[in-house]
Amino acid sequence: MRPSLLLGAALTLIFTFAALLSFVWTPGDVTAVDIASRLQPPSAVHWLGTDQLGRDLLSMVMTGARTSLAVALVAVGLGMGLGVPLGLAAAARQGGWLDELVMRTNDLIFAFPSLVIAILITAIFGPGALNAILAIGIFNIPVFARLTRGAALSYWRREFILAARVAGKGASRISVEHILPNLANLLIVQGTIQFSLGILAEAGLSYVGLGAQPPVPSWGRMLADAQTMVSLAPHVAIVPGLAILLTVLGLNLLGDGLRDALDPRLRPSRA
Amino acid sequence: MLGYALKRLTSLALSLLVASLVIFLVVEVAPGDPASYMLGLNAQPDTVAALRNELGLDLPKWQRYLSWLGGMLSGDFGTSYTYRTPVAQMVADRITVSLPLALYALGLSTLIALPAGIYAAARRGKAGDAAVIGATQLGIAIPNFWFAMLLVLLFALKLRWFSAGGFPGWESPLMALKSLTLPAVALALPQAAILARVMRSSLIDILSEDFIRTARAKGLSRRQALWRHGLRNALIPVLTILGLQFSFLLAGAIIIEQVFFLPGLGRLIFQSITQRDLIVVESVVMLLVFAVIAVNFLTDMAYALADPRLRHPR
Repeated sequence: MRPSLLLGAALTLIFTFAALLSFVWTPGDVTAVDIASRLQPPSAVHWLGTDQLGRDLLSMVMTGARTSLAVALVAVGLGMGLGVPLGLAAAARQGGWLDELVMRTNDLIFAFPSLVIAILITAIFGPGALNAILAIGIFNIPVFARLTRGAALSYWRREFILAARVAGKGASRISVEHILPNLANLLIVQGTIQFSLGILAEAGLSYVGLGAQPPVPSWGRMLADAQTMVSLAPHVAIVPGLAILLTVLGLNLLGDGLRDALDPRLRPSRA
Repeated sequence: MLGYALKRLTSLALSLLVASLVIFLVVEVAPGDPASYMLGLNAQPDTVAALRNELGLDLPKWQRYLSWLGGMLSGDFGTSYTYRTPVAQMVADRITVSLPLALYALGLSTLIALPAGIYAAARRGKAGDAAVIGATQLGIAIPNFWFAMLLVLLFALKLRWFSAGGFPGWESPLMALKSLTLPAVALALPQAAILARVMRSSLIDILSEDFIRTARAKGLSRRQALWRHGLRNALIPVLTILGLQFSFLLAGAIIIEQVFFLPGLGRLIFQSITQRDLIVVESVVMLLVFAVIAVNFLTDMAYALADPRLRHPR
């Protein structure tokens, strides 16, 4: 196995594990304010130090991982859940009105500045994790719809699809039973990449105060809180940023590695 | 060519019309009445009603949509509810920050990315290539607002080379450029990482083409073949990405503008959203969408001019 795939899988597993662990155990209490021990550098008691309210940063990062991963994962799920059926349906009737409608809507959504619209949605419907999911998820729909349509079209010309048609199967059955399984690899890889983009987007939204609201910890808001402390205690800003960086890096490496591993045509060249 | 241009132009107009409708509807469902926001909590109901009347907020929605659309078409983007200044004026002020910032960031990212991508492609599979790939992985994964904070920590707070934020205006161009430098670097890094990857893979694809082998067979060295024949062809996808990045940078600087307290377009939208200054939000978002669609249209036209096959899709 390639070392980058291994590293990506390891990083992803570590952060997923930390997020899950935070449900049952964290080293400190993320809601307990302890001003006496505020802004402490990393030590034996607080492995990653404490923030401006004396909260344990490791515990904050672990609980923050939960927020980031959950928001991004559900947003990707939303994009896939709507985008893939739309893409399959568009490909099944290439050139039909549904195909036209899906593709034109896609073009339109791509023309909107995604960050601006995400901020608009969260500001309108109120800040919070659920609306962040919606805002990020909407922009995942066209990504998956376009990818699915393009890949499905190439399969519709293949002989085994013709055989299925001769056998009397309808377009929707062929799409689900014969085309979708062939797209699984592609969708997993793209899903990983959108997952990492979702984490970046969630961090940005909560940085400007439009993501998950206190007391739910989130990496973006930890960074926003740290901004005024950055000269006093740099670690308060460095820790959550590193958490974002390593998670996104892990997912990207995993996605790239999976693509190379799942697609034999890519293996020898074009790494 | 003319027929193709007309067809694309019609679809452009249609896209803009649909976009305007979507923007108007999204903004209109926003809870919170702009008039009550402006007058505060203790406002009398009849004062609010009078202001609603003055701003035209009491008209039916379709009438307000049509008058907004008509205004946009004739260059009148409306008047800000909060500041009582024409939106066009506000946009013109803010664009003197956002446009130079976007160009600065784009320039920096091109300067970093193209040499890095060419270097990596020329040394494909070797240590230098691996180093560039590793660096681009980091560049893509880094949240740009966090990178911005680290830049401020190092270059503004520790070394004191730059100010930590704010914009002095263009009276002194040198000072203005200086205050845009850290934001531009923060914006450029992730863009450069993407661009370098596109440059590398595009050049690698081109270098395996037959005409490069022909050039080598003619007696050109690898380096000569790369510079004379490879690069020019490899630049086409790079230019496409550059076009996309430009429209992204114009609006995508929202968070970076927050970090550095820059009075740009992004901050204008952000403030207008929080103040329920709906007309500013609608008009500025519409202008940005127009910019993206127009850039896409021009790119398509340039391709169609260069490559006749593209004029008859499918």
